[in-house]
Amino acid sequence: MKALWLLAALLVAPAAWAQSPPYPQIERGRYLAAVGDCVACHTAPGGPAFAGGLGLATPFGTIYASNLTPDPATGLGRWSEDDFWNALHNGRDRAGAHLYPAMPYTWTTRTTRADSDAIFAYLRTLPAVARAKPANDLYPPLNFRISVAGWNRLFFTPGTFTPDPKKSAAWNRGAYLVTGLGHCGGCHTKLNLLGAAETGAALQGNTLDGWYAPDITGDRATGLGGWKADEIVAYLQTGRNARAIATGPMADVVMHSTQFMTPADLRAIATYLQSLPGPASTPAAAASPKVQTAGMAIYRDNCAACHGASGTGAAELIPALPGDGAVVGTDPVSVLRVILHGATANRTRSAPSDPAMPAFDWKLTDAQVAAVATFIRSNWGNRASPVDASTVGDLRTRLRNN
Amino acid sequence: MATRKPAVDAVICGFGATGALVAEALTAQGLRVVALERGSMLTTAGDFAPAIQMDELRFQQRHGLMVQPAQSTQTFRYNSQAEALPMRDIGAWQIGTGVGGSATHWAGQAFRLMPDEFRLRSHLTARYGADLFPDDMTSQDWAVSYDELEPFYDRYEKLLGVSGQAGNLRGTIIPGGNPLEGPRSDHYPNPPLLRMKSTDLFDRTAKSLGLHPYPCAAAQASRPYTNPLGVRMGACTYCGFCSGFGCGNYSKSSPQTTILPVVMQRDGFELRVRSVVTRILTDNLGKHATGVEYVDASGETFEQPADMVFVCSFTLANSHLLLVSGIGEAYDPATGKGTVGRNYAFQLWGASDFLLAGQTFDPWIGAGGLGQIIDDYDCDNFDHRAVPGKPFVGGGYIGLFQYGNQPIGTLAPGSGKDAMWGSALKRKMADTYAGALQVQAMGANQSYKDCYLSLDPTYKDPYGRPLLRVTYDIKDNDRLMSRFLVDQCERIAKAMGGTILDRIDRASPFDTTQFQTTHNSGGTAASATPDKGVVNKFGQTWSTPNVFVYGASQFPQTPGRNPTMTVGATTLLGLDAVVKTYVKSPGAMVPA
Repeated sequence: MKALWLLAALLVAPAAWAQSPPYPQIERGRYLAAVGDCVACHTAPGGPAFAGGLGLATPFGTIYASNLTPDPATGLGRWSEDDFWNALHNGRDRAGAHLYPAMPYTWTTRTTRADSDAIFAYLRTLPAVARAKPANDLYPPLNFRISVAGWNRLFFTPGTFTPDPKKSAAWNRGAYLVTGLGHCGGCHTKLNLLGAAETGAALQGNTLDGWYAPDITGDRATGLGGWKADEIVAYLQTGRNARAIATGPMADVVMHSTQFMTPADLRAIATYLQSLPGPASTPAAAASPKVQTAGMAIYRDNCAACHGASGTGAAELIPALPGDGAVVGTDPVSVLRVILHGATANRTRSAPSDPAMPAFDWKLTDAQVAAVATFIRSNWGNRASPVDASTVGDLRTRLRNN
Repeated sequence: MATRKPAVDAVICGFGATGALVAEALTAQGLRVVALERGSMLTTAGDFAPAIQMDELRFQQRHGLMVQPAQSTQTFRYNSQAEALPMRDIGAWQIGTGVGGSATHWAGQAFRLMPDEFRLRSHLTARYGADLFPDDMTSQDWAVSYDELEPFYDRYEKLLGVSGQAGNLRGTIIPGGNPLEGPRSDHYPNPPLLRMKSTDLFDRTAKSLGLHPYPCAAAQASRPYTNPLGVRMGACTYCGFCSGFGCGNYSKSSPQTTILPVVMQRDGFELRVRSVVTRILTDNLGKHATGVEYVDASGETFEQPADMVFVCSFTLANSHLLLVSGIGEAYDPATGKGTVGRNYAFQLWGASDFLLAGQTFDPWIGAGGLGQIIDDYDCDNFDHRAVPGKPFVGGGYIGLFQYGNQPIGTLAPGSGKDAMWGSALKRKMADTYAGALQVQAMGANQSYKDCYLSLDPTYKDPYGRPLLRVTYDIKDNDRLMSRFLVDQCERIAKAMGGTILDRIDRASPFDTTQFQTTHNSGGTAASATPDKGVVNKFGQTWSTPNVFVYGASQFPQTPGRNPTMTVGATTLLGLDAVVKTYVKSPGAMVPA
């Protein structure tokens, strides 16, 4: 009889463990998962959300994102809160093996334990999807996870975010979001040859995947120094503002992540970003008057109808070119690819229009694209370096082969 | 055997101005909607980018956005005794095809009608007596009143970002606007477009003649604007490529620039392009539609079952689809029975071309709605008995527009008649391009017993269906009106100091080869009772309550101004009832 009671207790017990976490924690987790834009990498194109499978091309080979749904065999079904924290904080999987740093644990390490638990609680509520992750396809010696240990020794120290008591609460919140879950530096900070964020260059701009992620520091010439905080909030919330429109990978970030963030958090991000120092400015070489004249003529014929004679554009529809991060970037790749192939803004919840820039690759030669890019990079207060035709030609070939 | 698609709540036949409104209203309610469009997808960035759009040869001269006669045309004859022949070239009208339909290539003149226009027959009869109306004239009162339509005009103006100056705000006359207009509940969402030297001259001259000039309401945004759906429009750059073209600057209102960004991402919405609806399918009794049959680009036939069918194609195609599907009763002019195809009419556009020698008006600058106009000769704003000669029914606005004169289309006014060529033509162009202007009249056109749409007994379309046959000519009443209006145009032109170069007047026989306007109307008139039209005021067919028809085909006759805003407002009025009443309790919304 006693044994029967014991059996009954055992049967009841798992139900108690499975008791779901409180609703506010789940919702906070949903919000934080959006802040971290986890869905962007942990979803294969056209696949179920968070079920993994997207291949991330790195200079060292392709790394596939893992399945975050609660499937026991292929997802996080057997993970505990501690396992999840170990991944975010220490960059280790459930078995203790090193994660590849395509998982931005060098940033997520700053996530608080409470936030980590909330994200985990949210992920537990997702429908379980059985979807095994393809094997990574890395070049030796990086196909051995043990080499990550050495990389970590050089570039990674697990740490928590320590607020700076001398700064405002908003600044500290912004710093926590930007340098932690938001992992803005994943794109906007230049990497060294071994793929680690370069110290001293935080958020000063970086090239990856054939796009230039512009300087988003407080620099007045190349960064966000000239933006109003409201403009940064509007940009992250709607994908556009009076001067700029998110395009390329940033359009996806707005789509999946920042449009869901609270205005207070976005304002905190603005406060933090605008406090950061910009890169040391190097005077750009001047373009020849001949190129300037040609660039202006091409601009007037092809661009001025929308962007205006002085490049001022139209608020929330057509970007202004003076001070635009992509236009004045040290690497002109973004502005060149937009001229060649065009670009489309993403529709967001609060801004359903999807204005687009048409392609000009069929119309303008390499030299013409170079001339007009040089013209817009060096006028109306812009002081970026000239572009030569071979840079355009190389990019044209690269885009065609993609 | 047609492949059967999964059933939906509503299918839309034709995805232009009215189709976009239907899709927006129904998907907002969570309904599943499929839109079928015979043409291709057309987008602002992909098809109308300024770098490719300003191509007069491709779009204007070669009709790049228009349906080609080989794909779809009509046969035409002057009276019901004659044999009709197919229109094998684009001529009197230019019908758009592709997503956005004719609302992609329209000029953007955004008129409301006068309150009296909606009770044309009863008002004119009361003032002038019944004998003003010739026996064969079938013009009638509308099914809606101005007051009923006003909130929907207002909503449509805001959706389209119309630029204009209110003249009558809730009964208060506002200087600078049109003092003769019906009372408006609100201002236009955007201020009027900029004025030009040419429109200023018209304005001053009209005032000196005791007339009441005001800026035409334009569906070009005069400043950056966000519409009630959250869609953003850019400020017009006055590039001069409106009529006949798509807008690359997100400035001219079209479904692409005002509604589709929202509709295309709505759950439950699907658009299928290059899909021609060949007929509406009905149950055995013919009183209930079960969906539509359509043919895709590969020639495969599909059945799209739906609880509601919305006929949203061009005016002429609306009647055609009802006729080939046997919805309602075809109109028979001999007996006067039947209503489908009845009350067909066509805008009588006229003008005076004139020259102010030595003056320069920068005619390449412009916009489709950039004009200064008067309503003094529209509707019943003038005494119809006081006109010289015999009184007539009708009227129209008169105005001067600066559209942006393109090089080929505006070679030199009058040069075609003189068969000019070579150096003589060049000299005339040099003499006239900068200083030539035009005062135009957008004349009404009345409906007549023997002006109607029917199925042609001989000619068939590529799907084996009879072509639509247009039986039409310009009658005495309307010739008198046209002459009167063009006389007024000439009077103003001369008062502006002009030397008359050409007079464009509408006479019989109707010229099918010369482009006039695209403003066809009627065929599925909206009426208060089933004997006078095809649909009730909500666009619901009297015969088949789950089939709805929207567009200028609802107009009982052509008013003296452009149709688009009234097309939009009547559609919104109908959809308001569909959403509030029909969806909850399907059935006839107006007792027959």
